[in-house]
Amino acid sequence: MTSLPTHTQKKLGLVIDLDTCVGCQACATSCKEWNNGGYSAPLSDEEPYGADPFGAWLNRVHTYEVSDGVGEAGVASPSRTVHFPRSCLHCETPACVTVCPTGASYKRSEDGIVLVDPETCIGCKLCSWACPYGAREYDYQHGVMKKCTLCVDRIYNETLEPEDRVPACVRACPTGARHFGDLGDPASDVSKLVAERAGYDLMPELGYRPVNKYLPPRARHHEPAAVPAPSDTTAQAGDATISDRFFSWADRLLSR
Amino acid sequence: MHPAYSVLFFTCASGAGYGLLIWLAGLGALGLVPDGTVFNVIGLGLALALITFGLLSSTYHLGRPERAWRAFSQWRTSWLSREGVAAVATYVPAGAMGLGVLFGAQDKAWWSLAAWLSAAGALATVWCTGQIYATLKTIRAWSRPIVPPLYVVLALATGAVLLCLLLAVFGALGTVHVWLAAAFLALAWVMKAAYWTGIDSERRALTAGDATGLGRFGGVVRQVEAPHTQANYVMREMGYHVARKHAERLRQLAVLLTFLLPILGVFVALILGPPMDLVLLIVATASAVCGVLVERWLFFAEAEHVSMLYYGSKAA
Repeated sequence: MTSLPTHTQKKLGLVIDLDTCVGCQACATSCKEWNNGGYSAPLSDEEPYGADPFGAWLNRVHTYEVSDGVGEAGVASPSRTVHFPRSCLHCETPACVTVCPTGASYKRSEDGIVLVDPETCIGCKLCSWACPYGAREYDYQHGVMKKCTLCVDRIYNETLEPEDRVPACVRACPTGARHFGDLGDPASDVSKLVAERAGYDLMPELGYRPVNKYLPPRARHHEPAAVPAPSDTTAQAGDATISDRFFSWADRLLSR
Repeated sequence: MHPAYSVLFFTCASGAGYGLLIWLAGLGALGLVPDGTVFNVIGLGLALALITFGLLSSTYHLGRPERAWRAFSQWRTSWLSREGVAAVATYVPAGAMGLGVLFGAQDKAWWSLAAWLSAAGALATVWCTGQIYATLKTIRAWSRPIVPPLYVVLALATGAVLLCLLLAVFGALGTVHVWLAAAFLALAWVMKAAYWTGIDSERRALTAGDATGLGRFGGVVRQVEAPHTQANYVMREMGYHVARKHAERLRQLAVLLTFLLPILGVFVALILGPPMDLVLLIVATASAVCGVLVERWLFFAEAEHVSMLYYGSKAA
């Protein structure tokens, strides 16, 4: 049923740390690998080794250049590179679910995971139009819509070792930039992390209330590394230290 | 947004079909169209054929057309589901209308009831079509209150041109029909012009800085590397966008073919009368059909999706 649950017992989701993500694509490839054999498999590719490969992926890592704005004296400060993994945010009020004409798209009341039932999806693609985050990808081979399942077939899977009962992307991340947990529980590790690091929602103004959170890259400081040589007047003043006098002498020597 | 041909044919053909059905039902109940069996059977047949062709065409857009019946279940939340329910429900009174025509029961009260229910069902179906687009907050150009009434008025305008053609075939084209067609074509023209002015003047406030949340650093966010070398589904489907200068030309073409030529056509047809009116109305109908296809193609190709901000779009 595409009516949204009024309340979910848990709000399972991801917290992605943009400060430590190195853009290695391990999350994207492990996601692809797991989900090509898991729930809603296959995750089809067309001509994967051809000139124009095409395929459905549930996790995509973009790289952005972020300028820090214009610094002092109108000089542009150096920009930074931010790697940005993007997947379904398992929104609390997802329009992709309510627009679905068949009930194939649904939000689970027990844990808040948004899923597509591959047995009842008709492949109308309207849910992908309704998602502002570009998180849903259509599988032309399978004829149904694909999206992040939060590895629903791993996280409750008792045949796996306890440490493997997390989404494949979280397990694969070599820098620990991806965290999984219950964001509805303020005492959970992920909730504490979000509180400590000022985690934020993507485009909150659209009103879909994403569960996944992003941790911002750390603030940067632009103090120049080069220290100007002390002037003669400083060095000759009575309170100049011995090192000031030394550098002043060295400066005079090098300036000849 | 990528204009899928099946969806273009569906909304244009079914739109005109529902428009024609509304006129045949409404004007039939008011006694403003001929009550002859042949005229009404052909008219209703044409309307229902266009509607059915359009609905079948829309299933070609589906990945799993054999499961299309499932789309009738989620009418509580989904406008697409409501559209399906309304479309199927409209066949019931429309079928009753058809039977009434065959058995010469157009003077009966139940026939009038069936006719008004058909008109209401057709209106509701086209309204739902418009609502599917108008409720997508992700697409600024579609998420506008004028969109559903515009779909309805375009359906009524193209349906009225078809009605005039049909009446000319039977030598029964009257002043009232021509004025109705011209009025709805003109109204659709005004509304479409207002729609274009609206989407052109709206501020596109969201940037990649908002989409990624990285705009908080006060600077510009620019994609330096995409996640993949080739276009993916999201880029193919949401990233389709017509060049600005082509859009201008196509808008002019849509106005000429959908509104200007058909309005001239119906008036000149009225003045010249039979048999020349038939020729003029064939031209007017062909023009309106081509025009509304251009208009519908543009409706998609001019619409930008907010998710493209992640893929290098400047603003949405």
